[in-house]
Amino acid sequence: MSKELWKGNEAIAEAAIRAGCRCYFGYPITPQSEIPEYMSLHMPKAGGVFLQSESEVAAINMVYGATGAGARVMTSSSSPGVSLKQEGISYMCGAELPGVIVNVMRGGPGLGTIQPAQGDYFQATRGGGHGDYRLIVFAPANIQEVVDLMQEAFDLADKYRMPVMMLLDGMIGQMMEPVEWKRPAIAPEDLPEKPWATTGTKNKRLPNIINSLFIDPDACNQHNIRLEEKYARVTESEQRYETNDTEDAEVIFVAFGTPARLARAAVRLLAEDGIKAGVFRPITVWPYPYDALYKIAAQDSVKAVVTVEMNTGQMIDDVRIAVKGARPVSFVGSAGGIIPTPYEVAEAAKKALGR
Amino acid sequence: MILPDKQVTIISGHYGTGKTEFAVNLVFAMARDGRDVSLVDLDIINPYFRSFERRREMEKAGITVHVTSNEGQADIPSLPGSIMSVFMNKDQQSVIDLGGDPAGARILGYYRPQLEETDFDFWFVINHNRPETSTLENVVHYFELTQMMSQQKITGIVNNTHLGRETGIEDIVKGDAFAAETAKKLGLPLICTTGERKFQKELEGKLKGSFFPLDIYMIKPWELSEEEGGQFTWLDM
Repeated sequence: MSKELWKGNEAIAEAAIRAGCRCYFGYPITPQSEIPEYMSLHMPKAGGVFLQSESEVAAINMVYGATGAGARVMTSSSSPGVSLKQEGISYMCGAELPGVIVNVMRGGPGLGTIQPAQGDYFQATRGGGHGDYRLIVFAPANIQEVVDLMQEAFDLADKYRMPVMMLLDGMIGQMMEPVEWKRPAIAPEDLPEKPWATTGTKNKRLPNIINSLFIDPDACNQHNIRLEEKYARVTESEQRYETNDTEDAEVIFVAFGTPARLARAAVRLLAEDGIKAGVFRPITVWPYPYDALYKIAAQDSVKAVVTVEMNTGQMIDDVRIAVKGARPVSFVGSAGGIIPTPYEVAEAAKKALGR
Repeated sequence: MILPDKQVTIISGHYGTGKTEFAVNLVFAMARDGRDVSLVDLDIINPYFRSFERRREMEKAGITVHVTSNEGQADIPSLPGSIMSVFMNKDQQSVIDLGGDPAGARILGYYRPQLEETDFDFWFVINHNRPETSTLENVVHYFELTQMMSQQKITGIVNNTHLGRETGIEDIVKGDAFAAETAKKLGLPLICTTGERKFQKELEGKLKGSFFPLDIYMIKPWELSEEEGGQFTWLDM
Protein backbone atom coordinates (compact mmCIF):
# COMPACT_ATOMS: atom_id res chain seq x y z
CA MET A 1 0.00 0.00 0.00
CA SER A 2 1.24 3.49 -0.74
CA LYS A 3 2.22 5.85 2.00
CA GLU A 4 0.09 8.64 3.41
CA LEU A 5 1.12 11.71 5.36
CA TRP A 6 -0.11 11.50 8.95
CA LYS A 7 0.17 13.73 11.96
CA GLY A 8 1.46 11.83 15.00
CA ASN A 9 -1.62 12.44 17.12
CA GLU A 10 -4.04 11.47 14.36
CA ALA A 11 -1.98 8.39 13.57
CA ILE A 12 -2.17 7.21 17.19
CA ALA A 13 -5.93 7.57 17.16
CA GLU A 14 -6.36 5.81 13.82
CA ALA A 15 -3.95 3.04 14.85
CA ALA A 16 -5.98 2.47 18.02
CA ILE A 17 -9.20 2.11 16.04
CA ARG A 18 -7.48 -0.28 13.64
CA ALA A 19 -6.23 -2.26 16.67
CA GLY A 20 -9.83 -2.91 17.67
CA CYS A 21 -10.13 -0.17 20.29
CA ARG A 22 -13.77 0.95 20.45
CA CYS A 23 -13.78 3.06 23.63
CA TYR A 24 -12.01 6.37 24.08
CA PHE A 25 -12.38 8.59 27.13
CA GLY A 26 -10.36 11.77 27.45
CA TYR A 27 -10.13 15.46 27.96
CA PRO A 28 -8.39 17.93 25.62
CA ILE A 29 -4.96 19.36 26.40
CA THR A 30 -2.21 20.69 24.13
CA PRO A 31 -0.19 19.14 22.50
CA GLN A 32 -2.40 16.02 22.15
CA SER A 33 -5.84 17.49 21.45
CA GLU A 34 -5.88 16.09 17.90
CA ILE A 35 -6.28 12.62 19.47
CA PRO A 36 -9.69 13.32 21.05
CA GLU A 37 -10.57 15.46 18.01
CA TYR A 38 -9.85 12.58 15.64
CA MET A 39 -11.59 10.09 17.93
CA SER A 40 -14.68 12.28 18.15
CA LEU A 41 -14.99 12.16 14.37
CA HIS A 42 -13.94 8.59 13.62
CA MET A 43 -14.83 6.49 16.68
CA PRO A 44 -18.59 6.79 16.10
CA LYS A 45 -18.08 5.79 12.44
CA ALA A 46 -16.30 2.65 13.66
CA GLY A 47 -19.26 1.89 15.93
CA GLY A 48 -17.32 2.83 19.06
CA VAL A 49 -17.69 5.23 21.94
CA PHE A 50 -16.03 8.64 22.15
CA LEU A 51 -16.64 10.50 25.35
CA GLN A 52 -15.14 13.81 26.39
CA SER A 53 -15.19 13.53 30.15
CA GLU A 54 -15.50 16.35 32.65
CA SER A 55 -11.91 15.80 33.80
CA GLU A 56 -8.88 13.53 33.41
CA VAL A 57 -9.78 11.85 36.69
CA ALA A 58 -13.19 10.94 35.30
CA ALA A 59 -11.66 9.74 32.02
CA ILE A 60 -9.28 7.24 33.62
CA ASN A 61 -12.09 5.87 35.79
CA MET A 62 -14.26 5.44 32.69
CA VAL A 63 -11.33 3.51 31.23
CA TYR A 64 -11.30 1.37 34.39
CA GLY A 65 -14.98 0.58 34.02
CA ALA A 66 -14.95 -0.17 30.30
CA THR A 67 -11.81 -2.32 30.39
CA GLY A 68 -13.21 -4.17 33.39
CA ALA A 69 -16.15 -5.05 31.17
CA GLY A 70 -13.73 -6.46 28.59
CA ALA A 71 -13.51 -3.65 26.03
CA ARG A 72 -10.33 -2.44 24.30
CA VAL A 73 -9.99 1.01 25.79
CA MET A 74 -7.66 3.95 25.60
CA THR A 75 -7.21 7.41 26.99
CA SER A 76 -4.74 10.12 26.13
CA SER A 77 -3.47 13.30 27.66
CA SER A 78 -0.39 15.43 28.11
CA SER A 79 1.80 15.75 31.18
CA PRO A 80 -0.42 17.64 33.70
CA GLY A 81 -3.41 15.56 32.61
CA VAL A 82 -1.48 12.32 32.99
CA SER A 83 -0.58 13.36 36.54
CA LEU A 84 -4.30 13.57 37.24
CA LYS A 85 -4.79 10.04 35.91
CA GLN A 86 -2.23 8.45 38.21
CA GLU A 87 -4.67 7.28 40.86
CA GLY A 88 -6.75 5.47 38.25
CA ILE A 89 -3.65 3.92 36.67
CA SER A 90 -2.61 2.53 40.05
CA TYR A 91 -6.11 1.07 40.49
CA MET A 92 -5.93 -0.52 37.01
CA CYS A 93 -2.60 -2.12 37.92
CA GLY A 94 -4.01 -3.31 41.24
CA ALA A 95 -7.07 -4.79 39.55
CA GLU A 96 -4.93 -6.15 36.68
CA LEU A 97 -6.81 -4.36 33.95
CA PRO A 98 -5.46 -3.78 30.44
CA GLY A 99 -5.69 -0.43 28.67
CA VAL A 100 -3.55 2.00 26.71
CA ILE A 101 -2.62 5.41 28.06
CA VAL A 102 -1.01 7.91 25.70
CA ASN A 103 1.12 10.70 27.16
CA VAL A 104 2.20 13.35 24.63
CA MET A 105 4.63 15.15 26.91
CA ARG A 106 4.95 18.92 27.27
CA GLY A 107 7.23 21.01 29.46
CA GLY A 108 6.74 20.86 33.24
CA PRO A 109 6.58 20.88 36.20
CA GLY A 110 3.15 22.26 37.00
CA LEU A 111 1.36 23.70 34.00
CA GLY A 112 4.77 24.16 32.37
CA THR A 113 4.71 24.92 28.65
CA ILE A 114 2.85 23.55 25.66
CA GLN A 115 6.08 22.80 23.81
CA PRO A 116 7.63 19.30 23.58
CA ALA A 117 9.52 17.77 26.51
CA GLN A 118 10.35 14.45 28.20
CA GLY A 119 10.04 15.39 31.84
CA ASP A 120 7.62 12.55 32.63
CA TYR A 121 10.18 9.76 32.27
CA PHE A 122 10.37 9.14 36.02
CA GLN A 123 6.59 9.21 36.30
CA ALA A 124 6.15 6.74 33.45
CA THR A 125 8.91 4.29 34.37
CA ARG A 126 8.82 4.48 38.18
CA GLY A 127 5.08 4.79 38.56
CA GLY A 128 3.44 8.11 39.25
CA GLY A 129 0.75 6.61 41.43
CA HIS A 130 0.89 4.72 44.71
CA GLY A 131 1.92 1.16 45.39
CA ASP A 132 4.22 -1.35 43.72
CA TYR A 133 3.38 -1.47 40.06
CA ARG A 134 4.84 -1.13 36.60
CA LEU A 135 3.59 -0.11 33.19
CA ILE A 136 5.00 -1.30 29.91
CA VAL A 137 6.17 1.98 28.38
CA PHE A 138 6.81 2.38 24.65
CA ALA A 139 8.79 5.42 23.49
CA PRO A 140 8.50 5.63 19.69
CA ALA A 141 10.75 8.02 17.75
CA ASN A 142 8.83 8.37 14.48
CA ILE A 143 5.24 8.14 13.34
CA GLN A 144 5.60 4.83 11.52
CA GLU A 145 6.83 3.36 14.76
CA VAL A 146 3.94 4.97 16.66
CA VAL A 147 1.53 3.20 14.34
CA ASP A 148 3.39 -0.12 14.44
CA LEU A 149 3.58 -0.13 18.25
CA MET A 150 -0.02 0.84 18.91
CA GLN A 151 -1.40 -2.58 18.02
CA GLU A 152 1.34 -4.19 20.09
CA ALA A 153 0.50 -1.93 23.03
CA PHE A 154 -3.08 -3.22 23.08
CA ASP A 155 -1.99 -6.83 22.57
CA LEU A 156 0.54 -6.72 25.42
CA ALA A 157 -1.94 -4.95 27.69
CA ASP A 158 -4.40 -7.81 27.14
CA LYS A 159 -1.74 -10.52 27.36
CA TYR A 160 -0.36 -9.36 30.72
CA ARG A 161 -3.53 -7.69 32.00
CA MET A 162 -1.75 -4.43 32.74
CA PRO A 163 -1.84 -0.89 31.34
CA VAL A 164 0.60 0.04 28.60
CA MET A 165 1.75 3.61 28.14
CA MET A 166 2.74 5.25 24.87
CA LEU A 167 5.24 7.92 25.91
CA LEU A 168 5.76 10.54 23.22
CA ASP A 169 7.21 14.01 23.31
CA GLY A 170 5.08 16.77 21.81
CA MET A 171 7.18 16.80 18.66
CA ILE A 172 6.19 13.24 17.75
CA GLY A 173 2.54 14.06 18.42
CA GLN A 174 2.54 17.22 16.34
CA MET A 175 4.80 16.41 13.40
CA MET A 176 3.76 14.88 10.09
CA GLU A 177 5.47 11.89 8.50
CA PRO A 178 4.71 9.27 5.88
CA VAL A 179 2.94 6.21 7.24
CA GLU A 180 2.30 2.81 5.73
CA TRP A 181 -0.47 0.73 7.29
CA LYS A 182 1.27 -2.62 7.40
CA ARG A 183 -1.16 -4.65 9.47
CA PRO A 184 -4.78 -5.33 8.61
CA ALA A 185 -7.33 -3.69 10.90
CA ILE A 186 -8.73 -5.94 13.62
CA ALA A 187 -12.42 -6.21 14.41
CA PRO A 188 -13.17 -6.25 18.16
CA GLU A 189 -15.11 -9.51 17.78
CA ASP A 190 -11.97 -11.23 16.46
CA LEU A 191 -9.96 -10.42 19.61
CA PRO A 192 -9.25 -13.18 22.16
CA GLU A 193 -11.88 -13.77 24.84
CA LYS A 194 -11.40 -12.20 28.26
CA PRO A 195 -12.83 -14.78 30.65
CA TRP A 196 -12.06 -12.56 33.67
CA ALA A 197 -14.13 -9.60 32.43
CA THR A 198 -17.38 -8.54 34.10
CA THR A 199 -19.66 -9.26 31.19
CA GLY A 200 -22.64 -10.65 33.09
CA THR A 201 -22.98 -14.22 34.38
CA LYS A 202 -26.25 -15.01 32.58
CA ASN A 203 -26.75 -17.41 35.54
CA LYS A 204 -24.13 -19.74 34.05
CA ARG A 205 -21.07 -18.98 36.18
CA LEU A 206 -19.99 -17.28 39.39
CA PRO A 207 -19.57 -13.52 39.10
CA ASN A 208 -16.21 -12.11 38.02
CA ILE A 209 -14.98 -9.37 40.33
CA ILE A 210 -12.79 -6.39 39.40
CA ASN A 211 -11.06 -5.26 42.55
CA SER A 212 -7.88 -3.72 43.93
CA LEU A 213 -8.84 -3.83 47.61
CA PHE A 214 -7.15 -6.53 49.74
CA ILE A 215 -7.88 -5.75 53.36
CA ASP A 216 -6.00 -8.76 54.72
CA PRO A 217 -2.25 -7.85 54.65
CA ASP A 218 -1.29 -11.43 53.78
CA ALA A 219 -3.65 -11.44 50.82
CA CYS A 220 -2.31 -8.05 49.71
CA ASN A 221 1.28 -9.29 50.04
CA GLN A 222 0.45 -12.39 47.97
CA HIS A 223 -1.17 -10.16 45.36
CA ASN A 224 1.99 -8.02 45.21
CA ILE A 225 4.17 -11.12 44.87
CA ARG A 226 2.02 -12.32 41.98
CA LEU A 227 2.23 -8.90 40.30
CA GLU A 228 5.98 -8.86 40.77
CA GLU A 229 6.26 -12.28 39.10
CA LYS A 230 4.25 -10.91 36.20
CA TYR A 231 6.54 -7.87 35.92
CA ALA A 232 9.53 -10.24 35.95
CA ARG A 233 8.03 -12.12 32.98
CA VAL A 234 7.49 -8.84 31.14
CA THR A 235 11.08 -7.79 31.89
CA GLU A 236 12.31 -11.11 30.54
CA SER A 237 10.29 -11.03 27.31
CA GLU A 238 9.37 -7.52 26.26
CA GLN A 239 12.52 -5.38 26.03
CA ARG A 240 12.84 -3.49 22.76
CA TYR A 241 15.65 -1.30 21.52
CA GLU A 242 17.39 -0.14 18.36
CA THR A 243 21.04 0.58 17.65
CA ASN A 244 22.60 2.74 14.94
CA ASP A 245 26.32 2.83 14.08
CA THR A 246 27.31 1.44 17.50
CA GLU A 247 29.97 -0.94 16.16
CA ASP A 248 33.49 0.42 16.86
CA ALA A 249 31.97 3.67 18.15
CA GLU A 250 34.07 5.86 20.45
CA VAL A 251 31.04 7.50 21.96
CA ILE A 252 27.54 6.11 22.43
CA PHE A 253 24.53 8.39 22.60
CA VAL A 254 21.56 7.00 24.52
CA ALA A 255 18.26 8.67 23.73
CA PHE A 256 14.54 7.92 23.31
CA GLY A 257 11.96 9.68 21.15
CA THR A 258 12.91 12.94 19.41
CA PRO A 259 16.40 13.20 21.02
CA ALA A 260 17.35 9.91 19.32
CA ARG A 261 16.87 11.73 16.02
CA LEU A 262 18.98 14.65 17.23
CA ALA A 263 21.65 12.12 18.26
CA ARG A 264 21.63 10.53 14.81
CA ALA A 265 22.18 13.94 13.24
CA ALA A 266 25.01 14.51 15.72
CA VAL A 267 26.58 11.22 14.58
CA ARG A 268 26.77 12.70 11.07
CA LEU A 269 28.30 15.92 12.36
CA LEU A 270 30.90 14.03 14.42
CA ALA A 271 31.85 11.89 11.43
CA GLU A 272 32.94 15.12 9.70
CA ASP A 273 35.46 15.55 12.53
CA GLY A 274 36.59 11.93 12.29
CA ILE A 275 34.80 10.87 15.47
CA LYS A 276 32.88 7.62 15.32
CA ALA A 277 29.65 7.84 17.30
CA GLY A 278 26.65 5.55 17.63
CA VAL A 279 23.13 5.66 19.05
CA PHE A 280 21.42 3.27 21.44
CA ARG A 281 17.69 3.88 21.53
CA PRO A 282 15.46 2.10 24.04
CA ILE A 283 12.02 1.55 22.49
CA THR A 284 10.68 0.20 25.79
CA VAL A 285 11.79 2.48 28.62
CA TRP A 286 10.15 -0.02 30.97
CA PRO A 287 11.27 -2.76 30.87
CA TYR A 288 14.59 -1.01 30.23
CA PRO A 289 17.05 -2.92 28.00
CA TYR A 290 19.85 -2.78 30.59
CA ASP A 291 21.85 -5.79 29.39
CA ALA A 292 21.77 -4.78 25.74
CA LEU A 293 22.99 -1.30 26.61
CA TYR A 294 25.76 -2.68 28.85
CA LYS A 295 27.08 -4.87 26.02
CA ILE A 296 27.30 -1.89 23.69
CA ALA A 297 28.68 0.58 26.22
CA ALA A 298 31.34 -1.84 27.45
CA GLN A 299 32.80 -2.48 23.97
CA ASP A 300 36.57 -1.83 23.85
CA SER A 301 36.11 1.03 21.37
CA VAL A 302 33.74 3.02 23.60
CA LYS A 303 35.26 5.78 25.73
CA ALA A 304 32.15 7.65 26.83
CA VAL A 305 28.37 7.39 27.02
CA VAL A 306 26.22 10.52 26.59
CA THR A 307 22.48 10.60 27.27
CA VAL A 308 20.41 13.07 25.29
CA GLU A 309 17.07 14.04 26.83
CA MET A 310 14.48 16.81 26.68
CA ASN A 311 14.50 17.19 30.47
CA THR A 312 17.16 17.89 33.08
CA GLY A 313 18.40 14.29 33.21
CA GLN A 314 16.04 11.43 34.08
CA MET A 315 16.81 8.41 31.88
CA ILE A 316 20.48 8.95 32.79
CA ASP A 317 19.69 7.06 36.03
CA ASP A 318 18.78 3.95 34.01
CA VAL A 319 21.81 4.43 31.78
CA ARG A 320 24.06 4.48 34.86
CA ILE A 321 22.37 1.31 36.16
CA ALA A 322 22.97 -0.32 32.77
CA VAL A 323 26.58 0.81 32.29
CA LYS A 324 27.53 -0.21 35.87
CA GLY A 325 30.38 2.29 36.01
CA ALA A 326 32.17 0.62 33.10
CA ARG A 327 32.29 3.95 31.20
CA PRO A 328 31.75 7.59 32.17
CA VAL A 329 28.15 8.69 31.60
CA SER A 330 27.30 12.35 30.93
CA PHE A 331 24.18 14.27 29.97
CA VAL A 332 23.13 16.84 27.39
CA GLY A 333 19.63 18.22 27.08
CA SER A 334 17.23 20.98 27.84
CA ALA A 335 13.85 21.16 29.50
CA GLY A 336 10.75 23.27 29.33
CA GLY A 337 10.07 22.83 25.64
CA ILE A 338 13.48 23.71 24.19
CA ILE A 339 14.85 21.12 21.79
CA PRO A 340 18.65 20.86 21.78
CA THR A 341 20.34 21.23 18.39
CA PRO A 342 22.40 18.43 16.84
CA TYR A 343 25.38 20.81 17.17
CA GLU A 344 24.98 20.98 20.96
CA VAL A 345 24.66 17.21 21.09
CA ALA A 346 27.83 16.76 19.02
CA GLU A 347 29.68 19.25 21.25
CA ALA A 348 28.66 17.28 24.35
CA ALA A 349 30.19 14.14 22.81
CA LYS A 350 33.45 15.98 22.08
CA LYS A 351 33.54 17.25 25.65
CA ALA A 352 32.93 13.74 27.00
CA LEU A 353 35.84 12.51 24.87
CA GLY A 354 38.05 15.36 26.11
CA ARG A 355 38.40 16.96 22.66
CA MET B 1 3.76 30.95 -11.36
CA ILE B 2 2.81 34.59 -11.47
CA LEU B 3 3.27 36.09 -8.02
CA PRO B 4 0.16 37.50 -6.26
CA ASP B 5 -1.17 40.76 -7.69
CA LYS B 6 -3.68 41.47 -4.92
CA GLN B 7 -2.95 43.45 -1.78
CA VAL B 8 -3.66 40.42 0.44
CA THR B 9 -3.32 36.69 -0.28
CA ILE B 10 -4.87 34.33 2.28
CA ILE B 11 -3.64 30.74 2.53
CA SER B 12 -5.84 28.04 4.05
CA GLY B 13 -6.11 24.26 4.04
CA HIS B 14 -6.38 21.13 6.14
CA TYR B 15 -3.43 20.79 8.49
CA GLY B 16 -0.54 18.94 6.98
CA THR B 17 -1.18 20.30 3.53
CA GLY B 18 1.96 22.41 3.77
CA LYS B 19 0.24 25.82 3.93
CA THR B 20 3.01 27.21 6.06
CA GLU B 21 5.86 26.04 3.82
CA PHE B 22 4.00 27.48 0.84
CA ALA B 23 3.21 30.79 2.59
CA VAL B 24 6.79 31.27 3.73
CA ASN B 25 8.14 30.46 0.27
CA LEU B 26 5.61 32.81 -1.28
CA VAL B 27 6.72 35.83 0.78
CA PHE B 28 10.37 35.04 0.10
CA ALA B 29 9.63 34.89 -3.64
CA MET B 30 7.77 38.22 -3.44
CA ALA B 31 10.62 39.81 -1.45
CA ARG B 32 13.14 38.54 -4.00
CA ASP B 33 10.96 40.18 -6.66
CA GLY B 34 11.66 43.50 -4.89
CA ARG B 35 8.23 43.91 -3.33
CA ASP B 36 7.39 45.36 0.07
CA VAL B 37 5.74 42.35 1.71
CA SER B 38 4.50 41.15 5.07
CA LEU B 39 3.59 37.72 6.42
CA VAL B 40 0.83 37.26 8.95
CA ASP B 41 1.07 34.04 10.95
CA LEU B 42 -2.62 33.99 11.81
CA ASP B 43 -2.66 30.50 13.31
CA ILE B 44 -4.74 30.47 16.49
CA ILE B 45 -5.02 26.68 16.54
CA ASN B 46 -1.58 25.27 17.03
CA PRO B 47 1.66 26.44 18.65
CA TYR B 48 3.80 23.95 16.68
CA PHE B 49 5.39 24.24 13.20
CA ARG B 50 4.50 27.88 12.68
CA SER B 51 5.71 30.27 10.01
CA PHE B 52 6.98 32.65 12.72
CA GLU B 53 9.72 30.10 13.48
CA ARG B 54 11.45 31.59 10.43
CA ARG B 55 10.85 35.17 11.61
CA ARG B 56 14.57 35.99 11.78
CA GLU B 57 15.24 34.78 8.22
CA MET B 58 12.17 36.59 6.90
CA GLU B 59 13.04 39.86 8.62
CA LYS B 60 16.56 39.61 7.26
CA ALA B 61 15.00 39.48 3.78
CA GLY B 62 13.06 42.67 4.59
CA ILE B 63 9.74 40.91 5.23
CA THR B 64 7.49 42.28 7.99
CA VAL B 65 6.16 39.50 10.25
CA HIS B 66 3.00 39.59 12.38
CA VAL B 67 2.25 36.74 14.79
CA THR B 68 -0.74 35.74 16.93
CA SER B 69 -0.78 34.65 20.57
CA ASN B 70 2.55 36.21 21.56
CA GLU B 71 4.50 33.85 19.25
CA GLY B 72 2.76 30.78 20.61
CA GLN B 73 3.77 31.68 24.17
CA ALA B 74 0.15 32.29 25.15
CA ASP B 75 -2.10 29.29 25.66
CA ILE B 76 -5.08 31.31 24.44
CA PRO B 77 -5.62 32.87 21.01
CA SER B 78 -4.78 36.57 20.86
CA LEU B 79 -4.46 38.95 17.91
CA PRO B 80 -1.95 41.80 17.88
CA GLY B 81 -3.34 45.14 16.68
CA SER B 82 -0.46 45.42 14.21
CA ILE B 83 -2.26 42.96 11.92
CA MET B 84 -4.66 45.79 10.96
CA SER B 85 -1.76 47.43 9.09
CA VAL B 86 -1.96 44.80 6.34
CA PHE B 87 -5.39 46.13 5.39
CA MET B 88 -4.47 49.81 5.80
CA ASN B 89 -1.06 49.91 4.12
CA LYS B 90 -1.96 49.89 0.42
CA ASP B 91 1.73 50.09 -0.58
CA GLN B 92 2.51 46.70 0.94
CA GLN B 93 1.38 43.22 -0.10
CA SER B 94 0.62 40.61 2.55
CA VAL B 95 0.35 36.87 2.79
CA ILE B 96 -1.87 35.54 5.57
CA ASP B 97 -1.04 32.02 6.80
CA LEU B 98 -4.20 30.73 8.49
CA GLY B 99 -4.29 27.92 11.03
CA GLY B 100 -5.22 24.45 9.85
CA ASP B 101 -8.73 23.28 9.07
CA PRO B 102 -12.00 25.18 8.82
CA ALA B 103 -11.52 25.93 12.54
CA GLY B 104 -8.37 27.87 11.69
CA ALA B 105 -10.21 29.81 8.98
CA ARG B 106 -12.85 31.03 11.45
CA ILE B 107 -10.56 33.91 12.45
CA LEU B 108 -11.28 35.61 9.10
CA GLY B 109 -14.72 36.43 10.42
CA TYR B 110 -13.11 38.95 12.74
CA TYR B 111 -11.45 40.71 9.79
CA ARG B 112 -14.56 40.67 7.61
CA PRO B 113 -15.10 44.45 7.74
CA GLN B 114 -11.49 45.02 6.67
CA LEU B 115 -11.63 42.36 3.95
CA GLU B 116 -14.74 44.04 2.50
CA GLU B 117 -12.56 47.08 1.79
CA THR B 118 -9.55 45.08 0.57
CA ASP B 119 -8.57 43.51 -2.74
CA PHE B 120 -7.62 39.94 -1.80
CA ASP B 121 -7.24 36.37 -2.98
CA PHE B 122 -8.10 33.34 -0.84
CA TRP B 123 -6.21 30.19 -1.82
CA PHE B 124 -7.00 26.69 -0.64
CA VAL B 125 -4.01 24.33 -0.40
CA ILE B 126 -4.49 20.62 -0.91
CA ASN B 127 -2.26 17.62 -0.29
CA HIS B 128 -3.52 14.50 -2.02
CA ASN B 129 -1.36 12.37 0.32
CA ARG B 130 -3.21 13.46 3.46
CA PRO B 131 -5.86 10.86 4.29
CA GLU B 132 -8.43 13.51 5.23
CA THR B 133 -8.10 15.26 1.85
CA SER B 134 -7.27 12.35 -0.44
CA THR B 135 -10.63 12.14 -2.19
CA LEU B 136 -12.54 14.74 -4.18
CA GLU B 137 -15.51 14.30 -1.87
CA ASN B 138 -13.41 15.02 1.23
CA VAL B 139 -11.70 18.03 -0.31
CA VAL B 140 -15.03 19.53 -1.36
CA HIS B 141 -16.32 18.93 2.17
CA TYR B 142 -13.34 20.75 3.74
CA PHE B 143 -13.56 23.45 1.08
CA GLU B 144 -17.20 24.16 1.86
CA LEU B 145 -16.65 24.10 5.61
CA THR B 146 -13.73 26.50 5.20
CA GLN B 147 -15.87 28.93 3.20
CA MET B 148 -18.63 28.69 5.76
CA MET B 149 -16.38 29.20 8.79
CA SER B 150 -14.35 32.01 7.20
CA GLN B 151 -17.42 33.72 5.70
CA GLN B 152 -15.35 34.24 2.55
CA LYS B 153 -15.24 32.76 -0.96
CA ILE B 154 -12.14 30.81 -1.92
CA THR B 155 -10.65 32.09 -5.19
CA GLY B 156 -8.04 29.50 -6.15
CA ILE B 157 -6.55 26.04 -5.52
CA VAL B 158 -2.90 25.32 -4.76
CA ASN B 159 -1.55 21.79 -5.15
CA ASN B 160 1.04 21.11 -2.48
CA THR B 161 0.90 17.32 -2.55
CA HIS B 162 3.89 15.94 -0.69
CA LEU B 163 5.12 13.17 1.64
CA GLY B 164 7.50 15.28 3.71
CA ARG B 165 11.12 14.52 2.91
CA GLU B 166 10.07 11.31 1.12
CA THR B 167 8.25 13.23 -1.63
CA GLY B 168 8.93 11.95 -5.13
CA ILE B 169 8.13 13.25 -8.62
CA GLU B 170 5.19 10.82 -8.83
CA ASP B 171 3.56 12.37 -5.72
CA ILE B 172 3.69 15.82 -7.30
CA VAL B 173 2.37 14.68 -10.69
CA LYS B 174 -0.42 12.63 -9.10
CA GLY B 175 -1.36 15.55 -6.83
CA ASP B 176 -1.30 17.97 -9.75
CA ALA B 177 -3.83 15.89 -11.71
CA PHE B 178 -6.02 15.55 -8.62
CA ALA B 179 -5.86 19.29 -7.93
CA ALA B 180 -6.71 20.12 -11.55
CA GLU B 181 -9.76 17.87 -11.33
CA THR B 182 -10.74 19.43 -7.98
CA ALA B 183 -10.32 22.98 -9.29
CA LYS B 184 -12.45 22.14 -12.34
CA LYS B 185 -15.17 20.66 -10.15
CA LEU B 186 -15.15 23.77 -7.95
CA GLY B 187 -14.98 26.13 -10.92
CA LEU B 188 -11.77 27.73 -9.68
CA PRO B 189 -8.32 28.26 -11.17
CA LEU B 190 -5.45 25.93 -10.23
CA ILE B 191 -3.02 28.62 -9.11
CA CYS B 192 0.05 26.42 -9.04
CA THR B 193 1.60 23.09 -8.21
CA THR B 194 4.46 23.21 -5.76
CA GLY B 195 7.48 21.00 -5.26
CA GLU B 196 11.04 21.20 -4.09
CA ARG B 197 13.21 23.26 -6.43
CA LYS B 198 15.36 20.19 -7.19
CA PHE B 199 12.40 18.65 -9.07
CA GLN B 200 11.84 21.65 -11.37
CA LYS B 201 13.69 20.37 -14.43
CA GLU B 202 12.29 16.86 -14.24
CA LEU B 203 8.72 18.16 -13.93
CA GLU B 204 8.83 20.26 -17.10
CA GLY B 205 5.91 19.36 -19.35
CA LYS B 206 4.39 16.97 -16.84
CA LEU B 207 2.10 19.35 -14.93
CA LYS B 208 -1.31 20.88 -15.53
CA GLY B 209 -0.63 23.72 -13.08
CA SER B 210 2.27 26.16 -13.31
CA PHE B 211 5.18 25.13 -11.12
CA PHE B 212 6.11 27.04 -7.96
CA PRO B 213 9.49 25.88 -6.65
CA LEU B 214 9.90 25.46 -2.90
CA ASP B 215 12.97 25.76 -0.72
CA ILE B 216 12.42 23.84 2.49
CA TYR B 217 12.31 26.35 5.33
CA MET B 218 10.20 24.45 7.85
CA ILE B 219 12.93 22.01 8.82
CA LYS B 220 12.72 19.84 11.90
CA PRO B 221 15.29 20.29 14.68
CA TRP B 222 17.31 17.21 13.69
CA GLU B 223 17.33 17.83 9.95
CA LEU B 224 20.63 18.80 8.41
CA SER B 225 21.22 20.13 4.92
CA GLU B 226 21.60 17.58 2.12
CA GLU B 227 25.25 18.59 1.86
CA GLU B 228 27.03 16.17 4.14
CA GLY B 229 27.00 17.54 7.68
CA GLY B 230 26.12 20.99 6.43
CA GLN B 231 23.49 23.33 7.75
CA PHE B 232 20.81 25.11 5.79
CA THR B 233 22.53 28.15 4.34
CA TRP B 234 19.73 30.51 5.34
CA LEU B 235 19.73 29.34 8.96
CA ASP B 236 22.13 31.05 11.35
CA MET B 237 22.93 28.78 14.23
